[in-house]
Formats: sequence, structure tokens, C-alpha cells
Amino acid sequence: MPEPPVGEADIERVFRAEYGRAVAVLVRHFGDIDMAEDAVQDAFAAAVQRWPSTGIPPSPAGWIITTARNRAIDRLRRESSRDERHAQAAFLLANEPSSDEEDAVPDDRLRLMFTCCHPALAPAAQVALTLRLLGGLTTAEIARAFLVPESTMAQRLVRAKGKIRDAGIPYRVPGAQELPDRLRVVLAVIYLIFNEGYTASAGECLVREDLCAEAIRLGRLAATLVPEDLEATGLLALMLLVESRRAARATTDGGLVLLAQQDRGLWNRRLIEEGQALVRLCLRRNQPGPYQIQAAINAVHSDAGHAAATDWRQILQLYDQLMVIAPSPVVSLNRAVAVAEVDGVEPALAIVEELALDRYYLWHAIRADLLRRVSRYQDAALAYRDAIARTDNAAERAFLQRGLETVRPH
Amino acid sequence: MKLYLLSVYQPDGAPPAPEVLEPIIRRVHALRDELKAAGAWVFSGGLHEASTATVVRVKDGDVITTDGPYIEGKEHIGGFTVIKAPDLDAALEWARKSAKAITLPIEVRPFMDQH
Repeated sequence: MPEPPVGEADIERVFRAEYGRAVAVLVRHFGDIDMAEDAVQDAFAAAVQRWPSTGIPPSPAGWIITTARNRAIDRLRRESSRDERHAQAAFLLANEPSSDEEDAVPDDRLRLMFTCCHPALAPAAQVALTLRLLGGLTTAEIARAFLVPESTMAQRLVRAKGKIRDAGIPYRVPGAQELPDRLRVVLAVIYLIFNEGYTASAGECLVREDLCAEAIRLGRLAATLVPEDLEATGLLALMLLVESRRAARATTDGGLVLLAQQDRGLWNRRLIEEGQALVRLCLRRNQPGPYQIQAAINAVHSDAGHAAATDWRQILQLYDQLMVIAPSPVVSLNRAVAVAEVDGVEPALAIVEELALDRYYLWHAIRADLLRRVSRYQDAALAYRDAIARTDNAAERAFLQRGLETVRPH
Repeated sequence: MKLYLLSVYQPDGAPPAPEVLEPIIRRVHALRDELKAAGAWVFSGGLHEASTATVVRVKDGDVITTDGPYIEGKEHIGGFTVIKAPDLDAALEWARKSAKAITLPIEVRPFMDQH
């Protein structure tokens, strides 16, 4: 029976899934990111030519890696007349056994992740490099996602890759002593990508799904590659549980729907079950960290069949725990929302008023909501206006505008 | 092995009191010995304060000499160490030790490869 024809979408799928692996292996071989990227892109270009007639090979990743490696060696040979070191590299690589290519892969991606998220690189560069090298996003896609001109993003990537090369940022998993701190940076980068996707800080859409999907893919990778660090697992659980509510979070015309008003029938049960299973695993191991606790808070929300059934006491306890291990004004703000449900609006408002979060639109939005609930409509209206002035996301602004309408004098 | 420059950024003005400075100098010497024992030390030295600097530059074909430093600011390079290290992580580990010893910020910069 003939195989179904291989279409562009099939190759695109393989590209998304395997690009990071292939680049990671090639970086290990050649010690040069640009060379690795060029070779992997060559290999995918060859796949686009070949696969429609030959079909997708049994191991697409293996085919891409082998092809990319051969292309890179060809390129090195061509350049070797100019450079003795390249000639030597080409000779050594051509004679190196390659049977274990795919077995070594997971480690390679982890190494590349630590290189991309090295603390010597600026956070914006860490994010861009991670999406480019591990996610296989194009420079144009990353630029669009972060609303900067493509030339700016291209420059950022060139500069970051230049620093990795010139400053000698190593391509290696840090030692046990450094690992926890370095993994924090990797997880922070993944979470930043997720959050940027979940609440795009500007633009027409509330959610940029491609960034969320990429963050979850990277989070899954981190959780799989470093299972002993439960924060990686906690972050994956957190992202899955937040993502599970995506369909319920926006109306058909793109408007924002708060948790309490969401149609819980639209929640993705499969993602909730996976996220909750990971939270239970974390609880059993009992080494709590900020991501694990935030995941647990989201798991409590996921348990409630309707908003009134939410176990706010448990949520408040979890926030109390979070305030002990990772106190911050933003955590305190979120805790205040739980306080409003458990102890009443006035005590919550008292907490919120103490926080120095004037630049954060959610502080104004939450304050506005609490003021409305204690019938201080004039103050609430001012707070809604302050919140609107501090977000560029169209859906968030429309939501806040509706809030403002409810407190205006009639 | 790559070469890295570890520069110490020092605030201008009077140096710290002797009882502050003396333990710093002791720690810096100990670190230099550690670098040498590890085979990582290439060169190091402390500099007189930035007000002692002189700037020489070419302008329209003439060489002009002026009182320095070249860059105005509240902090200047107070000293530096050149080290050999396999990669940036190793260089940063020495920088961490230096920063702890000197209690001032350390800037790490890679040298260009020598051809």
C-alpha cells in the first residue's frame, strides 16, 4: 500500500520537534553555533527536496543529524585549503564513529539550554537564543513575538552568539554545586516565554499560543532531563494547568474572562490531569519550591467544578508558604486576592494598599476590583483608569474598561 | 586555554582606611598565590589613582598630551589581572574569588585569540 504523500506540514512538524536536538548535537561536534545552524538548515532544505519522493525516514532526527554532519564536513573541507585547523577538524570528524548519535541527544539539548541561558548573557538574549536554537523559531518569528524590529532581534542574536564564541561560554551542564542556581535561570527563561505567550504585553491578541506551546515543550524537556530537580517538574505542572484554561479565558471576540466567570466545561481535562499528577508527584517528594507551590495553587483551582467550590483556605495556605520561601510584592498581591475570599475585602485592601507596585497594571486592576467591592466607586474608577494606562494589551484594556463602566455614576 | 582580563573598578577619591585596606591586600596576595599555584596567573598589578593618568591622542596630525583620565566618571580601573582559563565559567570562578577578596566589582573580558 502506498504511503501517504509527505507534505510541507509533515516536514514542518519534524522541524519543530527535531531542530533543537540536531543543532545541539552539531554544536557539540563543531563547537560553533553558526556552523551548526547552517548545517541543520542545509539538512532540512535537503529533506524538503528528498522526503516527498522517498518518504519520511524511520528516524527523521537521525537522518537530519547525519545529513547535517556530512554537509558541515563538506563545508569544512572546502574551507580547509584556507585554514589548517579546519582541515584537521574535518579529518577528525569524518573518522569519528557516529553510531550513538541519537543516544547522546538529550544531554546535548540540556547543554545547549545552559549555554543559551548562561548568566553572562542578558535576559533578553537568553530568551531569544533559547527560542532560536532550541525552538527553531526564525529571527522574524521571535522579533514578532517580542514586538521588536527584525533587524533589532537579528542584532541581538548575532551579539549573543558572538559573546558565546569570544568569551568562551562553555557548552556543558554545570557541576552539581552550580546546577541549582543555573537551572533557576533556565526555568526563568522558559517561564518568561510562557508568560509572554499567555499575556502578550501588547498587541491585539490576549494569548500567543505558539509561545505557550514552545515554553511547554522546553519545560517538558527540562523536567525530563533534570528529573531530580522538582522545580523543573513544578514549572511544567504550572504551565500545563494555566494552559488548560486557555479556551475558557477569552470570549469568541477575544475578550478576557476572569477565572471566576469561566465556563469550566471548556477547560482542557487532559492538561489538568497531567498537571495535577505532576503536582501530586512533587507533594510526595516534599521539596517545595516557588514553581511547585504556584502549580499547587493552580491545581486547587482546577479541582473546583464551579467558582464557589474553590478551596480558598487551601490556596491562602499555599500563598503563605510561598511568602515564606519566595516573598515578593507580586506574591503578596496574589495572596491578597485569596485573603479577600477567606477574611474579607477590607483586610485584603489593607494589604494591597501597602504594596509598592505602582507600575504594575494588575496592582491597579486588583485594587480597583477590591475598591468596587467595598462600594468606593470613585476611588475604583481612578484605579481602573490607572490600570488601563499601564497595559498595551487590547483585551486587557477592554476588560478594564468594562470594569470602569460598572463604577461610573449613572 | 584562553586569556581573560579581570579589571577592578574602584571609586575615585581617598583610599580606605588602613584597617580596611590591610586585610584586602592580604587577601589579594593570597589569591595571587592561589592563581600561580593553579597555573592560571599571567600578570597582575595595582594602579595609582586615576588623577595620575595622562592621555595622549592624535588630532589633525598633531599629538596632544593632556591630563587624564580619558573617561570621566566616578569609578576607574584600579588594577587588573590577566589569567589563563579553559572557558568563561573558569574565568568567572576566579572573578568571584577576586570580587570577594577586593570587595569591588570585577569586569571579565576575553582577549582575542592570538594568531
